[in-house]
Amino acid sequence: MSFDISVGPHIRAPYDSKKIMWLVALTLLLPAGAGVYFFGFKALQLIIFTTLAAVATEAVCQWFAKRPITVSDGSAAVTGLLLALIVPPTLPLWMAGIGAAFAIAIVKVLFGGLGFNIFNPALAARAFLLASWPVAMTSWVRPFDAVTTATPLYLVNKLHQTAPSYWDLLIGNRAGSLGETSALAIMIGAGLLLLVGVIDWAAPAAMIGSVAFLSWLLGYDPLFAVLSGGLMLGAFYMATDYVTAPVTVKGRVYFGLGCGLIIILIRYFGGFPEGVNYSILIMNMLTPVIDKYARPRLYGAKR
Amino acid sequence: MSSFRGGIHPPENKGKTEKSALKTAARPVKVILPLQQNLGCPNEPLVKVGDEVKEGQKIADAQKFISAPLHAPISGKVTRIEQLDNACGFDVASIVIEGGAGETAYAGQWSVEELTPEQIRKSVREAGIVGLGGATFPTHVKLTPPAGKKIDTVIINGCECEPYITVDHRLMLERPAEIIYGARAIAKAVGAGRIVIAIESNKPDAVKKLNGQGVAVAVLRTRYPQGGEKMLIRALTGREVPSGGLPSDVGVVVQNVGTAIAIAEAVRLGKPLIERAVTVTGSGIKQPQNLIVRIGTTFKEVIEQCGGLTDDAAKVIMGGPMTGIAVSTLDVPVVKATSCILALSKNDAQNYEEGDCIRCGRCLKVCPIGLMPNYLGDYAKLKEWDKMAEYHVADCIECGCCSYVCPSKIYLVQYFKVAKRELQTRKAVCK
Repeated sequence: MSFDISVGPHIRAPYDSKKIMWLVALTLLLPAGAGVYFFGFKALQLIIFTTLAAVATEAVCQWFAKRPITVSDGSAAVTGLLLALIVPPTLPLWMAGIGAAFAIAIVKVLFGGLGFNIFNPALAARAFLLASWPVAMTSWVRPFDAVTTATPLYLVNKLHQTAPSYWDLLIGNRAGSLGETSALAIMIGAGLLLLVGVIDWAAPAAMIGSVAFLSWLLGYDPLFAVLSGGLMLGAFYMATDYVTAPVTVKGRVYFGLGCGLIIILIRYFGGFPEGVNYSILIMNMLTPVIDKYARPRLYGAKR
Repeated sequence: MSSFRGGIHPPENKGKTEKSALKTAARPVKVILPLQQNLGCPNEPLVKVGDEVKEGQKIADAQKFISAPLHAPISGKVTRIEQLDNACGFDVASIVIEGGAGETAYAGQWSVEELTPEQIRKSVREAGIVGLGGATFPTHVKLTPPAGKKIDTVIINGCECEPYITVDHRLMLERPAEIIYGARAIAKAVGAGRIVIAIESNKPDAVKKLNGQGVAVAVLRTRYPQGGEKMLIRALTGREVPSGGLPSDVGVVVQNVGTAIAIAEAVRLGKPLIERAVTVTGSGIKQPQNLIVRIGTTFKEVIEQCGGLTDDAAKVIMGGPMTGIAVSTLDVPVVKATSCILALSKNDAQNYEEGDCIRCGRCLKVCPIGLMPNYLGDYAKLKEWDKMAEYHVADCIECGCCSYVCPSKIYLVQYFKVAKRELQTRKAVCK
């Protein structure tokens, strides 16, 4: 009789990276669904196309590099889906496709693939699209009737007009990126992830908390600051990205605080109406440094 | 409920044996005894091939302080002294005795009150007692507090946090008086005033049994590795053993309940450590049970007394599923460290392919020491031993929580064991 002699531990937790990724993708269908509800068939097209483009790009890159094709791990699908959620619903499909290809080929695969990229691929692609096609990337429409309009953040902070009601902001009945408008859908999806422990509260709480607090301190409406723009999606789905954010709870708090501070600087003192995208990309760069200093307390170390 | 930071709660799987009373296994006619069964200095044989030995006779010993002698578990004749397979997968110098029942080499009757600390230590040393929780550190060393260090607390460890294993649980239910006796002997040896018996909350019957016996019983949260020495000390005293230090540095001695019973037997009867309690369990065993097994009995004989292996048994482990070692053959003997023989069916004995780290941070959350297993793993793959030392790999207690939770199924703790050995060898070479 011959026995299996692998090393311990001989039991493992009943989940793996793949299950985690697909669970994240599944919860993202909530804000995606809200986007389709508010912005119609065009939004659905964009979501499907971007997701497929991201997955296809990864498969082609890996085939070309003669490496194992790992698209079934779900990470490329999550990137594609996220990218669709953070661009205007009216963005031409070909632009979104180039964005997805950039996210996967340049930001992820060139750095070594899953686990090795420095920047969040979807956010880096959004920054790339904004630099390449600034007009298409800042053309917003109203839900349902698709009349061109400005986002609430622009209306309020730059043009000093009145904000939409909190209720409309919460459910997502406002102009904005495809999947960012419904704070409610995002919170339900993220709540599920928090509940099963896929993400932790540290970065989102620090990020949303600091934006609310600093807004209040500067005399702006904190609730409006939290519900508008891309803050909810950024806090719950981008600042919690495993690969590009710090690994310790302490580090994740610093990461979230840094994001919050940069958002405030951009929103109230910068030229752009919104700063979530850049805030997270900048903090991505600081992640290795945060990991180096925000270490857990070692058992037996001096208090 | 007191506890510690981090940890995991894997399926306990204790149901198959927790109600099965300890049974004495059949006396083997042949025993295989690796000379080295403790974490101390190497033993030399005191007998030669052809010698007749009595049950309980000392057959191997070392001159160094940190060592523990070995005794004959049966009476009979020494038939071989040579390199033989052991559970860790390599050949070690072993003594083989063939025979059976016969005269015993020990007898005696004392009580704790009459013995001096020095006499207690001597009895324990001469009985070859080592930590029976699995670490096998020579017990008399722990009973000898370093000069200038005051021990105030003795913790008797009945946590048994590792899944599947139920021997400590049964010992607490069936032999509470001996545990208390052993605990008092330990306290006397180290001069401690306080004895605490630590039990996890999943064993309320054991808590009830030991309550009201004149010593304190502390109920701890059921969480692996609650029975780790450092975790226990933190949970019960709020103190932390300094990095690289010993429990005596914070005035504590921790002994497993099985060890306490062995100490009681050594002190009262002069009985050496020639048998131990072993849980034989898992989906690969036909009739799981708890047995008192003589050291040196082969796994094969032990498993046969439990109905044998099932047809789909795929993996046999010495120890529990978290820290145990998979064996390649059943011809290896039960040693002082064997708390459990766990056989897993094909379905339970899964193998995992290692993926790339996705930096999810789960390993950091469960590490009870506060290490950063993800970075240690990265450095291990690059063989950056110095960097690993900088990230405190030497403090790793090898509990395996990091590997357990890793969604990429990285064999983290295995890398750390390799690194620790590498660093130790290097240190020894540099000396």
